[in-house]
Amino acid sequence: MSGLPISFAGVSKSFSSRGGISQVVLDRVSFSIAAGKTTVIAGGSGQGKSVTLKLILRLMMADEGHIHVGDVDVGNATGTALTSLRTRFGVLFQGAALFDSMTVFDNVALPLRERTSDSEQLVAEKVMQTLARLELAGHEKKFPAQLSGGMQKRVGLARALQLKPEILLFDEPTTGLDPVMKHDIYDLFAATHEKHGYTAVIVSHDIPKIFTLADQVIFLHNGTVDVFDDVDNVYSTEIKYLREYIDKTR
Amino acid sequence: MNMVGQTLSRLGESGLYVLSDLGRMSLFLLNSLRGIFIRPFRWAELIKQIQFVGAGSFWVIFFTAISTGMALGLQGYYSLSKFGAEGMLGSAVSLSLVMELGPVLTALMVAGRAGSAMCAEIGIMRISEQIDALECMAINPYRFVVSPKFLATIISVPLLTALFDLVGIMGGYLTGVILMGVNPGSYQQGMEVSVTNHDIQLGIIKSFVFALLVVWISTGRGYFVHQIRGAGFGAESVSRVTTQAVVLSSIAVLIFNYLLTAIIL
Repeated sequence: MSGLPISFAGVSKSFSSRGGISQVVLDRVSFSIAAGKTTVIAGGSGQGKSVTLKLILRLMMADEGHIHVGDVDVGNATGTALTSLRTRFGVLFQGAALFDSMTVFDNVALPLRERTSDSEQLVAEKVMQTLARLELAGHEKKFPAQLSGGMQKRVGLARALQLKPEILLFDEPTTGLDPVMKHDIYDLFAATHEKHGYTAVIVSHDIPKIFTLADQVIFLHNGTVDVFDDVDNVYSTEIKYLREYIDKTR
Repeated sequence: MNMVGQTLSRLGESGLYVLSDLGRMSLFLLNSLRGIFIRPFRWAELIKQIQFVGAGSFWVIFFTAISTGMALGLQGYYSLSKFGAEGMLGSAVSLSLVMELGPVLTALMVAGRAGSAMCAEIGIMRISEQIDALECMAINPYRFVVSPKFLATIISVPLLTALFDLVGIMGGYLTGVILMGVNPGSYQQGMEVSVTNHDIQLGIIKSFVFALLVVWISTGRGYFVHQIRGAGFGAESVSRVTTQAVVLSSIAVLIFNYLLTAIIL
């Protein structure tokens, strides 16, 4: 496995709204995500799932506590250390976050052109290989607006895989997709995970389907976390909010 | 808490918000200017932006300048003829355009046409997570998105101002000389005698400062669309912040126009 472990130790994050009332999203939470494994982060809306991803990426700072990616303390990483850390990540955003003014080819080539010294010929070879693997060959000259939602997600995944990341973060990868497209995305995930062995963190509402991919499940609720290292235990839990949540989503 | 306490609390909160917004925008300015010097430089994007901000604004500037110059010519002729000083028309038109109207109106036109578009583009990139995506790919979003717009605007606005001055003077000539019959030699001589290097320098300095203000405020509002209080969410926030960017940059241009005139003149 070539993935990296992630750990949260006593991490808190809150947001203040107008009027001085603060909303606690994470309250001194601690958990670990093993290298090369797939972790699903689940929970109701507004429970801090996307915030957790942003904290890992240091797009937001924790109010207290420490987040480690490998042996790097994310909170202390700045400048070149932060740049070096981020090159180890790939991210598939909820809306794919493709650049509208660039073609599919240019979107997928972007990390290679910006972060490597590869020649344009080598970039083209790598991009076309990735596009072919994700069944996007023939679409390289199209713009994101000309693609379906599922294809946009696949382009997003192709872009995220370009630098062979050690950690891949998925923010609700199947939201807004029909069941066939969802299935395609899960198949792609399984295939790329097996090939690259990255650490995968998936934020998803797609329960119970998403559990079939998970080695570990983390539930966020009112600032606290419940961690299940064995997915089967989720179904037999006696935790009240979780019981209700699972029953509603099954 | 009583009403006085609540009012003080809100005032304090607003004060803190304004300070944090100023701090955020100041850092944004520094990062955007620094981004101009970070390699690899995006030449193709710079040319695209110059084409959009500069060449794309040509006709707007042309028509604004010609109508302004023609109106100035008529107005100037009407006022000066009362004192028998029609010969000073070239001087009046050219000084008004070079020192005041050229830089100010050019900046206002660029703010309305290109500034609003830049704000909306960056705002949409922010709410659709494209800027987050750049950061996650360890690509500096200032260098990649903002700095080419900064440089393009700083290059384009002084050139557009020069175009405005030239076309405006021609407009004044059309009404003053061709329509109202002012002597062409005195129009040209008045211009040559009264417009000094100092006046031209003031116009150039103003155009650089206004360019910086317009691009800073426009791109900065878009970049922080998610953090601007009262802007709302999604598409609504982008539309509100775009309006705010045009209004703020126009006000900033007018305020700085007075300050620069007072300092340099």
